Amino acid sequence: MSDTVLSVNNLSVDYRTERGAVQALRDVSLAVPRGGIVGIVGESGCGKSTLINAIIRLLAGNAGITGGEMIFEGRDLLGLSPDAMRRLRGDRLSMVFQDPMTSLNPVLSIGAQMRDLQYRNRVSRREKNRRAVAMLEKVGIPDAPSRLTQYPHEFSGGMRQRIGIAMALLAEPALLIADEPTTALDATLEVQIIHLLQALQRDTGCAILFISHHLGVIAELCEQVVVMYAGRVVESGAVRDIFHRPAHPYTARLLECDPARIQKATRELPTIPGDIPDLIHPPTGCIFRERCPHAFDACVTPPPWRDWSDGQRALCHLEARP
Amino acid sequence: MRVLGLFWRNLRRVLREPLGLVGFTLALLLVLSALFADVMATHDPIGLSVMDRLQDPSAEHWLGTDQLGRDLYSRVLYGGQVALQVALIAVGAALAIGLVLGMLAGFGPPWLDNALMLLFDTLRSFPTVMFALAVVTLIGPSMGTVILVVVLTSIPTYGRLARTQTQSLKHAEFILAERAMGAGMGRILTVHILPNVVGPLLILASMDIPVVITIEAGLSFLGLGVRPPTPSWGSILNDGYSFVRNSPWPLIAGGLPLILTTIAFTFLGETLRDVFDPRIARER
Amino acid sequence: MSALLMVEDLRVRFPVRGSLPGQTRHIEAVAGVSLALAPGETLGIVGESGSGKTTLARAITGLTPVAAGSVRFRDRELVGLESRAWKGIRREVAMMFQDPVGSLSPRLTVRSLITEPFRIHGLKDRALDQEAKRLLGMVGLSTDFAGRFPFQLSGGQARRVGVARALALDPALIIADEPTAGLDVSVQGEILNLLARLQEELGLAILIITHNLNVVRHITDRMAIMYLGRVVESGPTEALFAAPRHPYTLALLSANPEPNPDAVMNRLEIPGEVPSLLNRPSGCEFHTRCPFRGAGCDREFPPASPEGVRRFHCYYPR
Repeated sequence: MSDTVLSVNNLSVDYRTERGAVQALRDVSLAVPRGGIVGIVGESGCGKSTLINAIIRLLAGNAGITGGEMIFEGRDLLGLSPDAMRRLRGDRLSMVFQDPMTSLNPVLSIGAQMRDLQYRNRVSRREKNRRAVAMLEKVGIPDAPSRLTQYPHEFSGGMRQRIGIAMALLAEPALLIADEPTTALDATLEVQIIHLLQALQRDTGCAILFISHHLGVIAELCEQVVVMYAGRVVESGAVRDIFHRPAHPYTARLLECDPARIQKATRELPTIPGDIPDLIHPPTGCIFRERCPHAFDACVTPPPWRDWSDGQRALCHLEARP
Repeated sequence: MRVLGLFWRNLRRVLREPLGLVGFTLALLLVLSALFADVMATHDPIGLSVMDRLQDPSAEHWLGTDQLGRDLYSRVLYGGQVALQVALIAVGAALAIGLVLGMLAGFGPPWLDNALMLLFDTLRSFPTVMFALAVVTLIGPSMGTVILVVVLTSIPTYGRLARTQTQSLKHAEFILAERAMGAGMGRILTVHILPNVVGPLLILASMDIPVVITIEAGLSFLGLGVRPPTPSWGSILNDGYSFVRNSPWPLIAGGLPLILTTIAFTFLGETLRDVFDPRIARER
Repeated sequence: MSALLMVEDLRVRFPVRGSLPGQTRHIEAVAGVSLALAPGETLGIVGESGSGKTTLARAITGLTPVAAGSVRFRDRELVGLESRAWKGIRREVAMMFQDPVGSLSPRLTVRSLITEPFRIHGLKDRALDQEAKRLLGMVGLSTDFAGRFPFQLSGGQARRVGVARALALDPALIIADEPTAGLDVSVQGEILNLLARLQEELGLAILIITHNLNVVRHITDRMAIMYLGRVVESGPTEALFAAPRHPYTLALLSANPEPNPDAVMNRLEIPGEVPSLLNRPSGCEFHTRCPFRGAGCDREFPPASPEGVRRFHCYYPR
């Protein structure tokens, strides 16, 4: 469908380790509409990094895709040759990474890196520089033309992240994947980057897949959100629905735990006791049942997808919202 | 007691790797054959029998005889004693001294660091053979001379390694935490820095052992080491070199143990490097 | 009640290699900070990167040299104290570091790590195994953990070990540097609840260093906001949350929105980034980014405007 830029269906990924196969992803499905902003929220071990690496087909050597498919702009990503995949990356599909310190090549100038990215375009060097400068100005780098000759270490963290975004959008991709782009930045910088992404998205019309564990940012930036836990999607839907009326106990508890949500000062903050389950020997039935305050007998069997209003769905046995 | 447990655990991991198994077994054989040379030798290593000179291997002389009719096999075994004594003492001493000096240089005040680095650089600027010549003129050739020369020229290598390792740890958060608890430099160095620094030095040491044995062989070859008639792999090689046209066996007898030792300890060292890799340590 | 910890006009400077030989410039990471902490009280120091909060904590505990100013603990001057006397102080002031696993010596077991303070101070007569058990119990870790190594611990577990270690010698003050950094939201509460509980049970004073205002709100009695090495506002936590006076405090508060898509987006976006310490802006350092900047802001750092128990440094407060 030309309405959906990326569609992941029932994706499962295992990692082969000495102790056994780690079920990093199980039956993960999500859809990013053309020009839409979808957020993925989850804590450590939920599989968001694995998911991203699977989409861009850069999984580690000991990882194996054991099921499912990924369709990007109508093409089956799993069926593409490495060359074809490489042509997609940086062109139709690009990425912004978490750590602005390490995602830029320290020994090349910004200008060189931005020209390199345009290798597919048969235009003059001057034209490439012009486009680079235009992009840098768009992301708010002051004095852009003189900055082209500078090196990453001459920029601060926030600037580097902007440069990373500029580089990702240089080729006008259909989908921008942002992997925790603000986690390493201060809160006041985070605000700037979020507003920048919003503005750029309006400008270029690209779709954004935004990964974060920061609930507040997801609420502000995204239209749709996917909640992941221990390698599975447990809930997905419109941001408004999920945040106001969560349908999965994990989402509900996660929202309760966010200190920003708690208006009255309290000395006893809510938490989710326990740890994520062992992904080599996951529990039978619902993956969350060992920590779920609402678990009951049915939870030892795999939970069904339950549809709520307007596209909201949760993987849970409960028939009423938690 | 805890150190033994640690040793045993690491040993098992070494043996799990094929290279480690081969290396360890070979090294063990070499050590045992040197230790039990008395039992395993078939002849007196310095017993002359000029009539039987330069014979090929036979049931009587497993590796043949040298130019003075001495049994090469037995000489090789006893030569192993010399080689191992030199190697273990010299490398052990260089490691210990280098470790201590390196840790002090890396952790201590800048003036100490500068002074020790100056010392290291001075020691390193001496080519081994020239240094050996100088020492020999002072105290004469002997096993002790070889050991002294090797120790002095090796200290800088261990020292520098220990120093860089220490420097990289100096600002680690756990070291800061120890200082915040009131730990003094002595405690920090012995309890917190040493165990994290010694690994690479041990790897270096195991790869150094064959090198040192070769140095000993070389010095003995030049007449600067062990004096005849005490057998040393180097002196066997030396003799073999002179008589190679009459019989290749002294050369082979001298060279073979050197090759085997180098293989054994290099394999061992490679495996140790993997074993000490913190990423692999996670399976514990 | 006299203050347990009293910091007055503290300054910490670091040399910076100048471009010409022989020229050493200095950056002032802490540029005149004053604060006080009473026994059993929790104070939060809030600031972003470059604010100098970590340097401040390290200067208070003698890990970083102090250029000027005074730090008094139980009325005893710590600046310039000789090292032998520091050892005694370190029994009473314990510190927890930012990196939960990295602040634990990698080749020691949890048992050894927790009982390290006893060994450092030569208290070998205590039954260390029992102490370890007691401390593990206090932080809610089972005795199974005693034999584990740092790399076998999760972030939350490693943090608890850090707390246990800090409690070993029954200190009067714990300084916690970013106690929730790197922890998932669902787990952050555990550490904060633990610290709050321990404070009540043991009467500990806690100094929390963080960039996360939300953490501070729930566990501190008072807080101080730092920007480029200075305190710009301080006072009771709730009061600051309800009505911040300094524009930077306002910006920080609005930068941490609640997860509510319908919340009125009163986000105060301040442009630019924290200026480099090498080029410290004149006057009130925040003037380069302040949306409420007015005349005189770039001339001199505003003096304290006390408001009851609150203080702020601004010419045009909100």
